[in-house]
Amino acid sequence: MTQPSLDWPYPIKYGTLSEVDSDILIIGGGLAGLTAAITSVKKGLKVVLVDKGGSKYSGKAGSGIDHYHDCPNPASPVTAQELTASRIKSSKGYINAIQKYITAKEGYDVLLELESYGAKVRDTQNSFTGAAFRDEKTKLLFSNDYVNRYILLVWGKTFKPALYKELKRTDVKLYERVMTTSLLTEKGKQGSRVVGATGFNIRTGQFYVFRAKAVILCSGNMGDRGWVFSSELQGIGGRNGPGLVSGDGHSMAWRAGAKLTLMEQTASVRRHRWTTEGSYTTSWFPASVVDAEGKEIPWVDGEGNPISNVSDRCKLPIGQLTRGGSGAPITDVKASIRPSVPSLIPDLEERIKTGEYKLPLYCDFPSMPEHERRAVYGFKIANEGTTWLAYHNMTRAGFDPDKHQLQIYEEPPVGGGYGWRRQLGGGVVVDWDLKSSLEGLYIAGDQMFGGATGPGALTTGRYAARKAAEYAAKAASPVIFQSQVEAEKARVYAPIKRQNGIEWKELASGLAKVMQHYCGDTKSDERLQIGLRWLDELARGEAQIAYARNPHELMRLLEVFSLMSCSQAILHQSLARKASSKQLQFKRSDYLQDDSEQWHKFITIRQQDGDVKIEDMPIDYCGDLAKNYEKHCCL
Amino acid sequence: MVGQKAYYAPPLVTPNKPVIFYEEACNGCNLCVEACMMDVLLPNTEKKKPPIVAYPDECWYCGCCLMECPKGDDAMAVKYPIMHNARWKDPKTGKHYRLGMPDNPLPPNLRPPVE
Repeated sequence: MTQPSLDWPYPIKYGTLSEVDSDILIIGGGLAGLTAAITSVKKGLKVVLVDKGGSKYSGKAGSGIDHYHDCPNPASPVTAQELTASRIKSSKGYINAIQKYITAKEGYDVLLELESYGAKVRDTQNSFTGAAFRDEKTKLLFSNDYVNRYILLVWGKTFKPALYKELKRTDVKLYERVMTTSLLTEKGKQGSRVVGATGFNIRTGQFYVFRAKAVILCSGNMGDRGWVFSSELQGIGGRNGPGLVSGDGHSMAWRAGAKLTLMEQTASVRRHRWTTEGSYTTSWFPASVVDAEGKEIPWVDGEGNPISNVSDRCKLPIGQLTRGGSGAPITDVKASIRPSVPSLIPDLEERIKTGEYKLPLYCDFPSMPEHERRAVYGFKIANEGTTWLAYHNMTRAGFDPDKHQLQIYEEPPVGGGYGWRRQLGGGVVVDWDLKSSLEGLYIAGDQMFGGATGPGALTTGRYAARKAAEYAAKAASPVIFQSQVEAEKARVYAPIKRQNGIEWKELASGLAKVMQHYCGDTKSDERLQIGLRWLDELARGEAQIAYARNPHELMRLLEVFSLMSCSQAILHQSLARKASSKQLQFKRSDYLQDDSEQWHKFITIRQQDGDVKIEDMPIDYCGDLAKNYEKHCCL
Repeated sequence: MVGQKAYYAPPLVTPNKPVIFYEEACNGCNLCVEACMMDVLLPNTEKKKPPIVAYPDECWYCGCCLMECPKGDDAMAVKYPIMHNARWKDPKTGKHYRLGMPDNPLPPNLRPPVE
C-alpha cells in the first residue's frame, strides 16, 4: 500500500522572522557543537546553539561510537608529541597537525569530563578482567594496539545523550531542527568579519537571523554526498554517515570568503561493508577469518612472520603506530593490507584467485578467545553507530558469535561505480586559535580541514569555545547588513514559492553526474573546466526551477545547493593543484608527476568579490607543536 | 477472477520500508519522531496513532528511533533491505542462516551487549 497525501502536521510559518542575539553562536549540534556550547556557557556568556537535527542523536557520532582514537592516557607509553609526529609522517604532512596535537593533549581530559556527565568510558563492571586489552589500574580498554594503547574502546552510545543532558542543565538557548543557511558578514562583504547567520526551521519554515559576537562553525563536512546519488544505496546514497552531514558548513564558509584547503583530496566509495556494516580496520578488527571450507586465513606481522595468537594481532613495537583511521588518509589499499602492521596475509586476493582459499570468507568468532570475541561483537558492534542495528537485529534472529561464523561480503573489497569518489579531509583552514581566515569565525570538529575523529571533535569544540570566548569578551557589537539578510531570505524561500519544477533528488543526481564525469578518478584541466561550466549552468538553470512542497523538502534541496557550492570549491582546488599526488589520491592525466618537492604543500582557496584566490600554505605550517600549543591554548 | 478490481498507486520511493510500527502496541508518543536526526518520521495527525514514515529513503539505519522507543521491539522494528541482510553459518552442522529468512529455526539470542 502507498501512503496517502497528508496535510503537513506542523504549523507553517514561512516568512515569520525571529531575531536571536548572543555572545557566541554555535552552528552544529554534534560532539563538537555540544562541547563548545557547554564550555562557553560555563564562562558566563550568552550562548545559542543551532542544530539541523535533534541534538540528542544528531551528527556522525549521534548513534554511537566504539573507538576513541589517538588519545594518550595514563595507561599509554605514547606522548602527544610522538603521536602527532607519527601521523604527520605517515600522511606526508597532509593532515591538520594543529587539530591532531590538540586532540592528543586534551583527549583524555575531555573523556574524563564526559564521564562526569554520565558517559561510560571504562570497564567499571569488570566485564573484561584479565583481558590483554584492559588496563587493570584504570580499567580503560584498548583496541588495535595493546602495547601503545592510544586507541581506546568506549561506550560511545552514551556520549551524546550524556552531553545533551548536560547541555539542557545549562542556560544555552538551543534551536533544534533549524538549518543554518548562510553566514552574515560585516557590510555583507566576502572576507569581512562574521557577525551572525541565517537559518530556517525544517518543520515550520520560520526564518531566523542570528546575531553574535563570535561564531563557532561545527556542522561537519560533506559526508559521503556529492559524487554519488542512487536509490540502490541506503540513506540518500551514502553509508559513511547520516545524510544530514551535507557540506552546509563548508558551503557557508566558502560563500563568506573563508579559506579552505584539501578539498582536492578524495577517497573511493565502496558499495557494501564488511559483514553488512562496520569497518574491518576498526569495529571488526581483529576478528579471525576462515574460508568456505574452514581453512584459517593467516595473520602476519609487519615483517611477514606468522602470528598465532589473536591478541598478538594488536601488538606492535613501542613507537610503531598503526596507520589508518583518525584523520590519516585512507588509501585505496584493501582493508586487509596494512603495511608494517599485523594484518591478514597481504597476497590474499591472489591466493583466492588461484583457488588456495575458497570464497565466501567468514568471520570465525567461535574460534576466538572469549574476551576478544566479546570485545568485537558484544562491545564494538553494539556501540558503533552504524552497527548497533545489525547487532540488535542479528542477535534477535538467533546469531550467536559463540557458535556462528559471519559471512564477509568484501571478498576482496569491491570498488564503486565509474567516477565514484567521496570528499576526504577537506575543510576550513584554521590557525592555532582554531580561527578561520575570517575574523569572528572559529571552527571545530570535521568542519576544519583534516577531518576529526570523536575526540578530535570534542577537544576542538572545547578549545574553539575558549578562544571564541576570549575574542567575544572584547569584540565590538556585531552589525547585521540588512540587504544581505533579504537576499538570503529570497534564496531560501524561492523553492517554496514554486508550484512545480524539479525535485531535489533530480538535482542531486545531476550534480553527482557532473562530479563523476569531470572530477572523478582521473582529472585534467580540460575536464575540470567543463565541470565548472556545467556546475554553473546547473546553478543558473535547473536549480532555479527546483521546488519544495514543505520545509523538510526545502531542507533537502538547500543541502543540494550546499553540495553544489562545495563541488565548486573542489573543482577550483583540483584545478589549482597542477600535479598528481598519491597521498591525496589525486590523479591527473595532464600532470603525471607525483608529489614533487615543488607541489608538496597545501593549496588554499577562497572567494573575494566573486573571484577565486589561490594561495599556498607550507606543509609544516603548524610550526613547533608544543610551543604553539602552550602559547595559544588558553588553559 | 474476471471483473476483479485492480488499482494503481504510486510505488514506494525506496526498495524497502526501513521503519515499521505495530499499530496495536504503538501509542503515538512520538519519541521516535524527536529522536530521528534525518526527520524521516512525521507525527500522525490522529492522536495516539503511529507516526508516518514520510521519507524512508533518507533513513540511514542508525536505529535511534528504536533506541528511544519505550516499548522497543514490541512497538516497532527497523529493518535493512534484503540485499543488506547478513548471512552466517554454523560450522558444526554446516547449516546456513540469514537475517530475515523465512521459518528461521534459531531461538533469539537475548544476550545483552557488554555493560
